[in-house]
Amino acid sequence: MNIVSPLALNTNPKSALHTELFGVEVVCDHRGVLYLPTSKMLIVSDLHLEKGAAFARRGMLHPPYDTSQTLLRLKLCIDDYQPETVVSLGDSFHDQAGSEFLPELARDMIKLLQAGRNWVWISGNHDPKPHTSIEGDCADEISCGPLRLCHEPETDNADGEISGHLHPAAVITRRNKSVRRACFATDGKRLIMPSFGSTTGGLSLKHKAFKGLFETSNLFAHVLGKEQIYPISWSKMRG
Amino acid sequence: MASDHNLLPKIFTDWFESHRWAPRPHQLALLEKAHQGYSSLLIAPTGAGKTLAGFLPSLTDLAMREKPKPGMVKPRLHTLYVSPLKALAVDIERNLTTPVTEMGLPIKIETRTGDTPQHKRQRQKLDPPDILLTTPEQISLLLANGQAELFFKDLKYIIFDELHSLVTSKRGHLLALALSRLRHHAPKLQTIGLSATVANPEDLQKWLVGQWTGKERAEKIVVEGGAKPNISILETKERIPWSGHSARYAMGDVYQKITEHQTTLLFVNTRSQAELLFQELWTINEENLPIALHHGSLDASKRRKVEAAMAKNALRAVVATSTLDLGIDWGDVDLVIHIGAPKGASRLAQRIGRSNHRMDEPSKAILVPANRFEVMECKAALDANYIGAQDTPPLLEGAIDVLAQHILGMACAKPFFEDELYREVISAAPYRDLSEAQFARIVEFVATGGYALKTYERYARIRKTKDGTWRISNPQIAQQYRLNIGTIIEAPVLNVRLTKRKANGSIGRGGPKLGTIEEYFLEMLSPGDTFLFSGQVLRFEGIRENECLASKTFDESPKIPAYAGGKFPLSTYLAEQVRKMLIDPDKWKSLPGQVRDWLELQKRVSKLPSHNELLLETFPRNKKHYMIIYSFEGRLAHQTLGMLLTRRLERMHARPLGFVATDYALAIWALDDLGERFRNGLISLAELFNEDMLGDDLEAWLDESWLLKRTFRNCAIISGLIERRHPGKEKTGRQVTVSADLIYDVLRSHEPDHILMQATRADAATGLLDIRRLSDMLMRIKGRIVHQKLDHISPLAVPIMLEIGREPVNGEAQESILSEAAEEFLNEAAGHLT
Repeated sequence: MNIVSPLALNTNPKSALHTELFGVEVVCDHRGVLYLPTSKMLIVSDLHLEKGAAFARRGMLHPPYDTSQTLLRLKLCIDDYQPETVVSLGDSFHDQAGSEFLPELARDMIKLLQAGRNWVWISGNHDPKPHTSIEGDCADEISCGPLRLCHEPETDNADGEISGHLHPAAVITRRNKSVRRACFATDGKRLIMPSFGSTTGGLSLKHKAFKGLFETSNLFAHVLGKEQIYPISWSKMRG
Repeated sequence: MASDHNLLPKIFTDWFESHRWAPRPHQLALLEKAHQGYSSLLIAPTGAGKTLAGFLPSLTDLAMREKPKPGMVKPRLHTLYVSPLKALAVDIERNLTTPVTEMGLPIKIETRTGDTPQHKRQRQKLDPPDILLTTPEQISLLLANGQAELFFKDLKYIIFDELHSLVTSKRGHLLALALSRLRHHAPKLQTIGLSATVANPEDLQKWLVGQWTGKERAEKIVVEGGAKPNISILETKERIPWSGHSARYAMGDVYQKITEHQTTLLFVNTRSQAELLFQELWTINEENLPIALHHGSLDASKRRKVEAAMAKNALRAVVATSTLDLGIDWGDVDLVIHIGAPKGASRLAQRIGRSNHRMDEPSKAILVPANRFEVMECKAALDANYIGAQDTPPLLEGAIDVLAQHILGMACAKPFFEDELYREVISAAPYRDLSEAQFARIVEFVATGGYALKTYERYARIRKTKDGTWRISNPQIAQQYRLNIGTIIEAPVLNVRLTKRKANGSIGRGGPKLGTIEEYFLEMLSPGDTFLFSGQVLRFEGIRENECLASKTFDESPKIPAYAGGKFPLSTYLAEQVRKMLIDPDKWKSLPGQVRDWLELQKRVSKLPSHNELLLETFPRNKKHYMIIYSFEGRLAHQTLGMLLTRRLERMHARPLGFVATDYALAIWALDDLGERFRNGLISLAELFNEDMLGDDLEAWLDESWLLKRTFRNCAIISGLIERRHPGKEKTGRQVTVSADLIYDVLRSHEPDHILMQATRADAATGLLDIRRLSDMLMRIKGRIVHQKLDHISPLAVPIMLEIGREPVNGEAQESILSEAAEEFLNEAAGHLT
C-alpha cells in the first residue's frame, strides 16, 4: 500500500515538534496529540467525551456538542497520521455513564475512527471501569517498547512514562501580560499530555500538583499554538 | 382635596406637632392617592422627606389596624420595601424605627438581605414582620418558595426606593418579574416608587403597574427642585497630573477642607481609589480626625459599623464608593467632596444630594479632578448640574437570561401553565413586547437547554406533565436555583484573611477576615508583593483554598489594587460638553491656568479636536508607531473601536501591536509607520473608519472577543446554564471562567443562533461594546477625519500614553507573546552553539 508520509501533509514544518522521550522518537502535534513514528501509534489524552451530558445529568444543561467536536478534531489528526494504533490515555469519558448513554451519532463516529486499527482505552479517574458498550481494548496501562502509557503520572517512577490527567498548561508572561495555553510537558524522561477534550481546562505547570514530577532543569513546555508548537523552557515561564 | 385630618390619624398629627413639623404637601398627596387605591411614583430631590412619604400609607394603615385578639389569625406581611443597596435597607430600618417608637406604634420592622443569618430568615418565613426591608434578590428567593402564596397574600404596599437606579439593570428586570408574580398573589397590591429626577418619568410609571393593555400608568407626584447646590472645583496650587485617577496631588487641600467642616463625605469612582485616598488622608491626619472607609469589598460588619458611627455623627469624614451614593440619610453632612470626574451629570447630582439633607438649604460640594482631562469633565458636569441636565440611561427590553432564571424560580414555587405564566410575564413593563414564541423558546431552554440537537430530554430540569403544567423534575433543581439566584455577577473574588508570619517564616492560619478581593488581581501578585486593602498595606502571602492570606507590613508604597468594580464610562452628554469646551477657547477661562497652558501648547504643537471633526494624531516613539484618536465616546465604545481598527490594520498589513482606550481617546500602536501610510494614501482613512466595520468585521470579531465571552459567562450564570456555586462546595472563579469560555466556543461553532447566544449579543451591543454610541460617532465623523502627522508625542496624547501597559492582552497578541518567548529560547540556544 502506498502511504503518504504524514508529515508531508503538514504544510507548516513547525506544526509538529520531533523530540526524544527516553530514547524513543516522539512527535508533539500542535493540535494536542502525540505520535510515535516507529510504532505508528497515536496517543491522545483526557478526551472527556460526554462532559456536556455529565453536567446535564446534574441539572446544568451544557451544550451537547462537545463530544462530536472533540471526535471531529481527533478524526483530523488520525486522518493525517494514519496510525496503526490509537491509545486514549484515560478520562476518555467525563463520567462512567458517558459511554453507556452515548448518543448513536457519537457511537457511529467512534466506530469510524476505530475501523482498521487497534484501539486502546486506558482507564482514568473519571472512567475507572472498562467501557463495555463500545469497541476497543480496555487496560489500566500498557507499554510500548521502553515507554509506559498510563493515565496518572507516578511520583517515583518517571522513566519513559507517558501520562495525562493533570491537563498541563503553560503560563507565559511578557511585558506584564500573561498567556495561558495547554502544553506537552516533558523533561526527556517522562511526558505529560495536554488534555484534548473540547471543554477541558488547563492547570498551570507551576501548580503544586506538578511538584517533583520533572527535573526542572530539563523541563520543556511544548505549547500548543494556533498553527505551531512553541517550545518554551521552564526558566522562561513566569516565576 | 381632603384635609390633613381626614388623611392623618391623630397620633401622627400629634407626632408632627411635637417636633414642630408639618407634613409636606407631597407626603399628603401620596397618602391620598394610596387611600384612593392608586399606585404612585414620587419624584423628589433628596431631602424632601421622600422616605417618610413612601412609608406614610403603610404606617397609618398599620397604626389603625385592629389589635389582634387571642385566637385570631396572625397578620401576614403588610409592606415590602425594596432598595438596591443592603446599606440602604439597614439605614431605613434605623430611620423608621425612630417615629414608630416615638408614636408607640405596634409595628414590627425587620430587614432581610444577603447578610441576614439563616436562622433569622427561616423565622421570618414562619413569623413575618409587618414591614420587611429587603433587596430584589431576596424577593425572588421568597417567591420561589412553595409557601410564597401564603406569605404574600396580605401584602398591601410595596415601596421601591431609588427606583430610577433599580430599573436600569438586569436586576430591575428580575424585580419587574417578581412584581408581576406579587400582583398575582396579592391582586390589590399597590406600588409606591420613589425616584430622583429622571429624563423620562413615564417609563417608571409604566414599570410600577401591570401592563395589561399597555396603557396603565401609576400616578405621578413631582416635587420641584429645592435650593441650587453650591458646587465648585477644588482650587489648588499643586500641579495637576496628566493621567491617573488618584488625585494624590490634592490631598493637602482636601484635608484642609475636612478640618473646616463638620462632616465630609468623600466620593470616589472605584474601590482602589477609595483605599488610596483613605490611606493618603491618614498619612497627613495630624489632628487624628475620625476618618472612615466604606466600600463594597469590605466585610459587612465593618460597613455596618461605619454606617452606625456616621448616623451618630461620630465621624468627621467617610471615604466611600457607589455603595453609599444612593439615598442614605447621613445626619449632618455639610460637605461632599467628589474625587475624580463624576462620569455622568445625574450621578453627580445624586451624590451631591448627600449633603445638607434639608431641601431648602443649598448643598455644598467640591469636585477634585484627578487629571487634566477630568478638569474639563468636572467643569462640564458642573455646568450640567446648574442647568439640571439629566442623562439617565433609557430603559432596556427585558433580558432573556433573567427571564430564564425567573421561569425556573416559578416552577420551583409551584407547577405553572405556560400560557398563564406568559400573560403574567408580559404584564411586567420590560417584557411587554415579548412574543409568545420567544417565551416558549425560553421555557424550552429552561427545560432541556433549548438545543437543536435533542439529546437531553432525559435530563430535563422542568417537564410538562399530563395535566399540562410544567413542574421541576426533582427537588435538587430547586436547591440549585436558590444557590444561583440573582443578576449581579461579580468578578470572581477571594476572601482576604489577615495572618501573622511566624518567627520561622511560615504563615499562620487564623486571623480576621478583612473582606474580598478580585481573583484576577491576586493573579498578578507574587508572594511578598504588597497591596492596599481595608485601609492598610498588606503583604501577599499566598492563596489557600478560596482565601487570600496576607500579613501586615510596614511597607509604605504598596502595589495598588486595580479593582474593576465601579468604573463608569463617561456619559454621552458629558462627552459632548467636554468636546464643546475643547473647541471654545472662551470657555477655557474658567479652567485652571495649568490646564489652559496644556491646551495652548497642544494648539501650538498639533491641533485641538474641533466640533464634528475627528482629530487623529500619529507619531513614532521607541521604534513603534502610534496613532491617537480623540473621539470622546467613553471607554467602552473606544474599546470596541480599538478592536475593530486593529483588525482592519492587521488586514492592511500595518502590523498593529495593541491598543488602549480611555474615556477620551483611543491609542493604537503598530510596527509599521501608520502616519506615513495615511499620508501617502496606502491606507485610506475613510476606508479605515468606514461604518461597514460594524457589519462583518464586528460579527467576525465578536465571535472571538473576550468581551463577548465575559458577557456570555454572565448570561450563562444568570440563566442557570452554568452554576455560580455547587451545593456544598464553592467552585473557584477560575474554573467557572474556563468552562464558560469553552462552552461558548462549542456553542458558537455548533449553534450560533442559540437563544443564549442571542442574549449575549444583545447584551454586548448595549453594554460592554456600546455599539450604538460607536455607530453614531462613525456617522458623525464621516469625511471629517483630520490627520496630524507629528514627529513627537503631543501634549494631548500624554494622558493616554501613560495608560499603555495597564490593559489586558488580547487576541492575536497572545500568539506573538508565545513566539517571543520561544524565540528568546532559540536565540539563547543559538548563542550556546557559536
